[in-house]
Amino acid sequence: MEIYCNDEHRLIRSTVREFAEKEIKPIAAELDESEEFSIELTRKMGEIGLFGMVVDPEFGGHGFDVLSYIIAVEELARVDSSQAATVAAHNSLGIGPINEYGTEEQKKKYLPDLCTGEALWGFGLTEPDAGSDSRGTKTKAVLDKGEWVINGSKIFITNAATEITLGSTVQAITGDKDGKKEYSTILLEQNVSGFKAIPMHRKMMWRSSNTAELFFDDCRVPESNLLGKLGEGSKIMLSTLDSGRLSIAAMGLGLAQGAFEMALQYANERKQFGKPIAKFQAIAFKLVDMATKIELARNLLYKACWLKETKQPYAKEAAMSKLYCSEIAKEVADEAVQIHGGYGLMKDYDIERFYRDQRLLQIGEGTSEIQRLVISRYIGC
Amino acid sequence: MKILVCISNVPDTTTKIKLVNNNSGYDKTGVQWIINPWDELALTRALLLKEEQGSPITEISVINVGTKDTEPTLRKALAVGADDAIRVDAEAKDAYYVAAQIAEVVKNNGYDIVLCGIESSDYNGSAVGGMLSELLDVPSVSSVSGLFIEDGKVKLNREIDGGTQVLATETPFVAIVQKGIALDPRIPAMRGIMMARKKPLVVLPPADIEALTEYIDYEMPQAKSACKMIDEDNAGDMIRLLHEEAKAI
Ligand SMILES: Cc1cc2nc3c(=O)[nH]c(=O)nc-3n(C[C@H](O)[C@H](O)[C@H](O)COP(=O)(O)OP(=O)(O)OC[C@H]3O[C@@H](n4cnc5c(N)ncnc54)[C@H](O)[C@@H]3O)c2cc1C
Repeated sequence: MEIYCNDEHRLIRSTVREFAEKEIKPIAAELDESEEFSIELTRKMGEIGLFGMVVDPEFGGHGFDVLSYIIAVEELARVDSSQAATVAAHNSLGIGPINEYGTEEQKKKYLPDLCTGEALWGFGLTEPDAGSDSRGTKTKAVLDKGEWVINGSKIFITNAATEITLGSTVQAITGDKDGKKEYSTILLEQNVSGFKAIPMHRKMMWRSSNTAELFFDDCRVPESNLLGKLGEGSKIMLSTLDSGRLSIAAMGLGLAQGAFEMALQYANERKQFGKPIAKFQAIAFKLVDMATKIELARNLLYKACWLKETKQPYAKEAAMSKLYCSEIAKEVADEAVQIHGGYGLMKDYDIERFYRDQRLLQIGEGTSEIQRLVISRYIGC
Repeated sequence: MKILVCISNVPDTTTKIKLVNNNSGYDKTGVQWIINPWDELALTRALLLKEEQGSPITEISVINVGTKDTEPTLRKALAVGADDAIRVDAEAKDAYYVAAQIAEVVKNNGYDIVLCGIESSDYNGSAVGGMLSELLDVPSVSSVSGLFIEDGKVKLNREIDGGTQVLATETPFVAIVQKGIALDPRIPAMRGIMMARKKPLVVLPPADIEALTEYIDYEMPQAKSACKMIDEDNAGDMIRLLHEEAKAI
């Protein structure tokens, strides 16, 4: 990846890799099994600076470029998807919209805490009736005596119900214009009365990442909590998702890399018919296909990052990266389990967790079908 | 007080070494370079000392004798927390050459404490630290596993057979450190990586010094033979194998 990476990118990669191997790897399986979101680990990830990587130092961030952040997410996902999800969601979805669209005052108020790992912020778009079609949003916000009064609910919101969650950005209908619904985004703090955030349990994957249902019952927040302009909600949410796609892609790439490495090591160690199974062409070719897909995925994703960094249109490449990286994560994890044989189905082997964790990637932040829909518009269908 | 930490740039410890050019060197393509593990611990200890309340340490510098390729390793040392870095722009030809180059810099800059790893994980020469102290004509303490400053006085721990030796010394001196000097090497934080961008990395021309040795030939160690596991119930098998296969008994 010499075209896109400089020495600093390489240092970030080796640093996050070392951290992930030392701090996350030894406890990842246990956290997964007990379905526990770890505040301590989140704090540690904050201490080494994994939150607010692209935020300006003026607001408590570290001022890195997009690729630095993407490499960090990739390296976390190489070891554990749940922790990568906490970091990716908080950076791209929690911090992202406030950093991009917040007023000076909003940024000063929220970003410094959100960049430390001591506080998390959610991004509430999805509702029971509004998944792929976010225009199905039912949550409403009405202005009353200088306050927004919010009613409705959200589902599947990452990082929104931990003990250290400060609040969430919520998309709501704020009016009707010529018969068309008008959407806006509002910052809602966790302690507002009438608000409930309930963790969702029994997930198949990302079991130590926090996922929440949110309920708003006459929640009142100051009018000044509007994020961006009135009626700009869809635009803000969609641009956040464009950028968020890069980090989900990074999760796919990292997971695939981790799964590949496990499979390669296993194939070189496991002997059947008198030799390591990697020496059988059928297994070697699987590993070759994995390595090739990973190389392609990395090229595509890093190019999308470069486009974003250099302020060129990148939405098509972001959608392609999200689509491709998440699809190959599935294929690579699947073949990696195959190479592990029966052991790959046992929880004693990390590949079992990787196989479950990859399954969200083709669904969250826009399903593979929706990515194809987005891309089809760009290529002239 | 100023500390200088000598940093050797070595291949990652998991690197598979492939010999090239008639076994006179090894293939460096694709090799991941790291800070020599002992040097990394030395740097970590220096940083911990500097961070202590009322610490007399004012500055931590790192030095490497190497070509431009070693700069990422020095940048990492800066990201971990060193204040500035010096690179003597020359191939590290042998231990004497490296020690003599570093000695020149120490003479010119005046450090109170110079830390060297007990060896570097590539050539394992264990020579630079001792030579350096001799060239500087200052005391050296080897196998240091603890470094403390109490009331402005430096105390050093050495592991010896069956116990620990505690030494005190005047500055300047060279400490040759081993494991235990710090528990774990410090991982840089993102903020440190960002700050390292602005820290000075000075490149000095090498002093006119001749190396005393030359590498002629390398040999790969014999591949370890596979390990045979014998069930505890079949101890007789072990005796038979030792007798018939290993011909050890
Ligand atoms: C663990 C987890 C974390 C999440 N975190 C967040 C978060 O932080 N914030 C947030 O807002 N949301 C979050 N989500 C929600 C996620 O973004 C949605 O689940 C996703 O967008 C899909 O919506 P849905 O589940 O309602 O599926 P649906 O939209 O009901 O889709 C069902 C199926 O229909 C297909 N489909 C739908 N429309 C079309 C179409 N037009 N053409 C072709 N096929 C179509 C889909 O591709 C899919 O296969 C999270 C989800 C999970 C599981």
